[in-house]
Amino acid sequence: MSTQADNTLIFELSRPGRRAAAQAPRALPAERLSAIPAALRRKQRPALPEVSELQVVRHYTNLSTRNFAIDKQFYPLGSCTMKYNPRGANRAAMLPGFLGRHPLAPESHSQGYLACMFELQEFLKEVTGMQGVSLTPMAGAQGEFAGVAMIRAYHEARNDDARTEILIPEAAHGTNPATAVMCGYKVREVPVNKDGDVDLAALKAACGPQTAGLMMTNPSTCGVFERQIDGIAKAVHEAGGLLYYDGANLNAILGKVRPGDMGFDVIHMNLHKTFATPHGGGGPGAGPVGVSERLKPFLPTPIVGRDDDGRYRWLDQNDLPQSIGHLSAFMGNAGVLLRAYFYARVLGREGMIRVGEYSTLAANYLLKRLEAIGCTPAYPERRASHEFILTFAKEAKTLGVSAMDIAKRLLDYNQHAPTTYFPLLVPECFLIEPTETETKEALDEFVAAMESILAEARDNPELLKGAPYSQPVRRLDDVKAARELDLVWSKL
Amino acid sequence: MPFIPHTSDDVQAMLAAIGADSIEDLFDEIPAHLKAGALAGLPEGLSEMEVTALMASRARQDAGVLCFLGAGAYEHHIPAAVWEIATRGEYYTAYTPYQAEASQGTLQTIYEFQTLMARLTGMDASNASVYDGASGLAEAVLMALRANRKSKSGRVLMPEAVNPRYRQTVTAICENQNVELVSVPFDAAAGTTAVTALSGYAGEDFAALVIAQPNFFGGLEDVDALTDWAHAQGMLVIALVNPTALALLTPPGEWGEKGADIVVGEAQPLGIPLSSGGPYCGFMCCKQQHIRQMPGRIIGRTVDLEGKPGFTLTLQAREQHIRRSKATSNICTNQGLAMTAATIYLSLLGPEGLEAVAAHSHANTQTLVARLGAIDGVSVAFTDATFHEAVLRLPKPASEVLPQLAERGIIGGYDLGLDFPSLADCVLVCATETRTADDIDLYATVLAEVLA
Repeated sequence: MSTQADNTLIFELSRPGRRAAAQAPRALPAERLSAIPAALRRKQRPALPEVSELQVVRHYTNLSTRNFAIDKQFYPLGSCTMKYNPRGANRAAMLPGFLGRHPLAPESHSQGYLACMFELQEFLKEVTGMQGVSLTPMAGAQGEFAGVAMIRAYHEARNDDARTEILIPEAAHGTNPATAVMCGYKVREVPVNKDGDVDLAALKAACGPQTAGLMMTNPSTCGVFERQIDGIAKAVHEAGGLLYYDGANLNAILGKVRPGDMGFDVIHMNLHKTFATPHGGGGPGAGPVGVSERLKPFLPTPIVGRDDDGRYRWLDQNDLPQSIGHLSAFMGNAGVLLRAYFYARVLGREGMIRVGEYSTLAANYLLKRLEAIGCTPAYPERRASHEFILTFAKEAKTLGVSAMDIAKRLLDYNQHAPTTYFPLLVPECFLIEPTETETKEALDEFVAAMESILAEARDNPELLKGAPYSQPVRRLDDVKAARELDLVWSKL
Repeated sequence: MPFIPHTSDDVQAMLAAIGADSIEDLFDEIPAHLKAGALAGLPEGLSEMEVTALMASRARQDAGVLCFLGAGAYEHHIPAAVWEIATRGEYYTAYTPYQAEASQGTLQTIYEFQTLMARLTGMDASNASVYDGASGLAEAVLMALRANRKSKSGRVLMPEAVNPRYRQTVTAICENQNVELVSVPFDAAAGTTAVTALSGYAGEDFAALVIAQPNFFGGLEDVDALTDWAHAQGMLVIALVNPTALALLTPPGEWGEKGADIVVGEAQPLGIPLSSGGPYCGFMCCKQQHIRQMPGRIIGRTVDLEGKPGFTLTLQAREQHIRRSKATSNICTNQGLAMTAATIYLSLLGPEGLEAVAAHSHANTQTLVARLGAIDGVSVAFTDATFHEAVLRLPKPASEVLPQLAERGIIGGYDLGLDFPSLADCVLVCATETRTADDIDLYATVLAEVLA
């Protein structure tokens, strides 16, 4: 029997007076604190757990095992690019010289770190076809914010204040409209046609003097390459708007097509997707932005520059007076950037080109295999990009089995479920992204699981509705969670 | 092929299943003129050994200095267990817990983090963390504007004694949403924000007052008086706090008569390395009545269909993937891994351990200030009590002295002249529990030499 029952909280292990004594310095006599006015002192110690070191290690080790993770399972979460996170990148980023460097250390004591960041900026420019890069945004959503804020700063610098709208295809990630609003814009959604391309006529009709820009991904969230990108870029540019590239799907085209060559003025990249840095249970990410020449003055600071003598230095507000400013206290998620740097150096030119190629190969293979066992693609006439959409609308109607039921049953087959119910315009959908790092055997195992689940759906749909059965908990009551809020453990 | 497992037989079999002749065929929907060229600016790939050696030599270049710099990032001892566990693959390579049943480890860890932060700050609720303290303060300002329904001005009082980098970040994130930050000067003698400095704003419409405890100068604000003044004016109180200091100081939930309304801060001191400024971990807590205005992920405890307790994402109706343009923020991730580290750190240290870290950091800084302040021409700039940072006035501009210290291997503090013209001869110093008596002696000796 484990010393710890399921769901035991660290607080429940606490006993008054128990300590992990090796972890903290010795207590100080009270007079050493006499400079702090008594009125500002805490009356009672905070109710943190009082546990031993072994209890802590065992508790969190046990907790960690209650997760699916790339290191354990196939994790085909569409739009999230759950590829292998190289262990070497982690070790390199955790080198003592990097971990111990204070963010405000003088440039004289930062040349090693700055060299890595300068080179990463250059690599990202080359692989995206952009003219300037800032590494500071701390996640994709913050990169989006930086991008749209730069679009706004650009128009304002030209006294072009009538531009109040951002155009967004209806299939876009929710962060796109949320970001546009954070930057003070109104959102106008543009419809997508039955093949997954933007409705170009509707887009042209929506463009006008009020258009600040367009936000889109390509390949789109429909899992297909937007073929009319030239026409879209032309329509938006002719209206005086700028084009924003959401790099969520950059893995599909890395090394094959460059957003800069497609006419995009500003992009963000998700290094936790395309450059294989870990997702860490929901972060930290890194969302660097790249820009065309005309947006370079507005990049968020700081940026790493190199002087003629080869010394690296920070470029800040003094160098970029029109910058949209600082998005974090220091320079973003430096440790994530170091991991991405490691990955970029290991891959090199050939390796980066292969990322786009093999992620696309894997997705198209998986799509064909799933189609062959009776799954319904949302866009059967199209090539998959690095991901693709299946719809279970037919199963929902005839068998009463939803995409969510199938997703939960996949967990019982030791497969992480794909993204469900996104994009919103395809009913009962899966968005599936296998990535380039999975073997053919892993893809085949997923197909076998799906084949078995579809048979179960026909023979015994109730089985799916009760899934999962193999996990630490059964299906959870989300309604109760929202109605009877329990966000902190309230017992002492 | 690094990280790509396919053999040539695999590739052939996969292409055959697809019905394509080559991988290139899979890109046939992309207009030919858009295909990338040779990518000549990228180097050849290297092996793990080669890249590791390169990065190790770069890391060594930056190592080996003695640091007395804080200013928003603090070096504390990090127990070995913290990152050994946080970088287990099960934590490290999982994603946002969309499939709750297969993510109970991450979800329970977040629930414990929320509980720890609520207890440390004396608040009702916490979110699952935001990017960092500075962007967290920006989110808190936006949250206060939503939560204070009586206020229509879009204005927030922002003392100058708040970390200038945080103020810059708040400006960058909020300025496109018609938010006005109104500065409050600090008392030039005390180094804190006097209630009398606020009296000119009495009767005006502000959504909130930001109170930093300790403030950027390390100074301890009269939080009770400031909080009560703001509440009497119909403002909300946003507390910006250092989590280590909370082991000793009154938690924001107990400030004044009613306590702060929103609390934010940087969890970096809780087991997260300096690491050039990130990844860090912003925390955000609030009173129960404001929970639906909170941005970011929030985890709730519920039951499964057999009645067994479990954890899940909740209040998602606030978030961008549901509400799109009407969401509380565009934020989707938290700082999962850093949050996991902070959770393990707080569990290891416990109440007495965290208090000991705070006490040593305070006491070491007191010692440092006494030693440096005894040097000819050096004096303590402000009169109010401080936590683990303090401002010293030098007989020369800090921009001259600090590079000379750096040449001798000492990062001597933060040049306040960068942000405050009146403090060009002032340096902000910090000595946490990791600085020894010898370290402090060395700094005093070298500073005396540099100033001689």
